[in-house]
Amino acid sequence: MTLPAEPDVTPPRPLKKPRAKGSFARLVSDPLGALGLILIAITVLGACFAFLSPWEPNALNPLDRFQGPSAAHWLGTDNLGRDLLTRVLYGAQIALTLSIGATAVALVIGVAAGLIAGYGPRWLDNLLLLIFDALKSVPTVMLALVLVTITGPSVWAVLLVVVIINAPAYGRMARTQTLAVRNAEFIDAERALGASGAWIAIRHVLPNILGPILIVAAMDIPVVVGIEAGMSFLGLGVRPPTPSWGSILFDGFSYIRESPWPVIAGGLPIIITTLGFTFLGEALRDTFDPKIAGRK
Amino acid sequence: MWLYFLKRLGLAVIVVLIVIAVLFVMTYAIPGDPARVALGPRASEELVAEFRERIGLDRPILVQMGNFYLSLFQGDLGRDAISGEPVLRILLSQFPDTLYLVLGAVIVAVVPGILLGIMAARHRGSLLDRVTSVISVSVMSVPAFVIAIYLLLVFSIQLGWFPAIGAGEGFWDKLHRLVLPSLALGLAWIGYVARILRASILEEMNESHVRTARAFGLPENRIMYDYVLRIAILPTITVLGIGIGHMLSGAVFAEIVFARPGIGKLVFDAIISRNYPLVTGAVLLTTVFFVFVNLLADLLIAWLDPRVRHDLAG
Repeated sequence: MTLPAEPDVTPPRPLKKPRAKGSFARLVSDPLGALGLILIAITVLGACFAFLSPWEPNALNPLDRFQGPSAAHWLGTDNLGRDLLTRVLYGAQIALTLSIGATAVALVIGVAAGLIAGYGPRWLDNLLLLIFDALKSVPTVMLALVLVTITGPSVWAVLLVVVIINAPAYGRMARTQTLAVRNAEFIDAERALGASGAWIAIRHVLPNILGPILIVAAMDIPVVVGIEAGMSFLGLGVRPPTPSWGSILFDGFSYIRESPWPVIAGGLPIIITTLGFTFLGEALRDTFDPKIAGRK
Repeated sequence: MWLYFLKRLGLAVIVVLIVIAVLFVMTYAIPGDPARVALGPRASEELVAEFRERIGLDRPILVQMGNFYLSLFQGDLGRDAISGEPVLRILLSQFPDTLYLVLGAVIVAVVPGILLGIMAARHRGSLLDRVTSVISVSVMSVPAFVIAIYLLLVFSIQLGWFPAIGAGEGFWDKLHRLVLPSLALGLAWIGYVARILRASILEEMNESHVRTARAFGLPENRIMYDYVLRIAILPTITVLGIGIGHMLSGAVFAEIVFARPGIGKLVFDAIISRNYPLVTGAVLLTTVFFVFVNLLADLLIAWLDPRVRHDLAG
C-alpha cells in the first residue's frame, strides 16, 4: 500500500557511500535490525530443516486430534491429528518461497515498466502513469477476490495479486529515479558515443536506480507474507492439504472452541516472520538511505 | 482551486471508468459461458439461448459494453443470480454494518495514534520515542486477520468478555459487538497515524512561525496545540483517506472471523457461490467509495491548509 512519504526532518548531510562490512556491522548494532535478523533466521532455519521432523506434514492421526503441546508434538496437533510444528515448518518453505519469488517478479516487471516510462516517449510515460494510478486506486482485498474469481484459487493467483499490487509502486519509483538520472552528464556522454537507448537504460540507468527500490521491496516482503496467508485463509490461495500458514490458521479457526493450539501455531509464524522482515527493513532503510539515516 | 478540483475529479472518474471496463472484461474472462454459469449445468439449450438474448449476450461486444456503462449510470447493478433481487438493494442493506465497522476502526486508529504521535515527537530521541516507534512498526506489520483471530481467541473464547458472532440488536449490543472487530481492523493504522504525525510535527517545529511563537515566550502546550498541530495534522488526513479505503476492503476478514454481516462477507460468499452480478456490484461500490474517500481527503487538505490553497490559487 502506498502512503504519503514522511517529510524529511534531517538537515542535509554529506553523502557517504557506506562500506559493505561497516554497513552490516551497523545493521547488526541496531537492536531492531539484530532482532529482525534473528526472527528471519528462525524462519529460514525452520524452513530448511523441516525434513528433520519425525512427522509427515499431511499424515493423519485421528486418535491424536486436538492435542496440546507435549514432548512428542511440540505445538500440539490439529483437527486431523497432524503435527502442527511440522506443518508450520513446511508452511515456512511455502511462505518464504512465494513471498520472495512474487516480490522478485513484481520488482522485475515494475522496474522494467518504470524504466520504459522514464526513458521512453512521452505518450507511453503518460499511459503507464495512468495505469499505475488506476491500479493503486483499487482496494487490495477486492482486487484479490476479483482475480481469484477469474483464475481460480492457486499459487499463481497469489503471484498475480502480488504483482498487480506491488509492481505499480516499483514502477513509479523507477520512473522517478530514471527521470532524475536520464539527463546526467555520464548518460549524455554515452549517448554521444552512440549507445542505444536500451543499452543505456539497462547498463547505466538501472544500477543507479536499483538501490532504494530494493530496500522498498525488502520492506514489502512481510506484506506479501500477509497476502499469501490471507488468501490461503480465505481458501483462495494455496490449496489444502498443502500446509500454508493461512490454511493452518483457517483449520484452527474452524475448531477454535475445541482447541486454541492450531490457531496459536498458525498465527505465531506469521507474526514472527512479518515482524522480522519489518524490523530488518526499517534498520536497512536507516542504514542505507542517507536521507533518512540519523533521523532518530 | 477549481482547476485542481476538476483535475482531481477527472482522475477519479477515469479510474472508475477503467475499473468498470475491467469488471466488464472480467465477466468474459471467467471460464465458461456466462449464461451457462448463471443458469447452472442442467439448464436446457433453449433456456440458455433465451437467457443470452434477454441479458443481451448475443449482441456485439461494444454494444454490450455501452449498455453495461449505461445501466450502471442509471444505478442498475443487475440482479442477484440466486435470489433475483436487485444487487444495489442487497448491497445497500449490508453497507451500514460495514460502515459502522470502518468508523469504529477509524476511532481505534486515530485516538491512540494521535496521542502516541504527539508523545513521540515531544520526547524525540527518548526511550518513549523509541518504544512508540517499535510499537508502531509492530502493529503495522502483523496482518489484521491474525490480530482478529487472536482477539477472538483471548477475549471471546477464553475470557468471554465479548460476544463472538453477529452484529447485534439495539445500540449497546451493537457497540459491544463492534469492539473487537474494530480493534482488529484499526490496530495497524495506529502505527501509520503515529508515525506520520510524529514526522510531521517535527518538521513543523522547525518552521519560522513556531520559532517566533517560542521567542515571544508562549507556553509549549499552546505552541503545540494552537500552532504546530493545526498544520501537522494534515498529512494524517491523507493517511486516513487511504486507510478508510483499505479498511473497507479489509473488513472482509473481520466480518468472516466475527461472523458479522457486511459487504466483505457478502462478496466472499458471492464468490464461493459464483454469484457474479453480486461480486461485480460489491467491487464497484467498494472501489467508488475508495476513490471518493481519497478524493475527499485530498480536497479537504487543499481546503484546510492555507499554503496549499494559496499554491493552488497561484
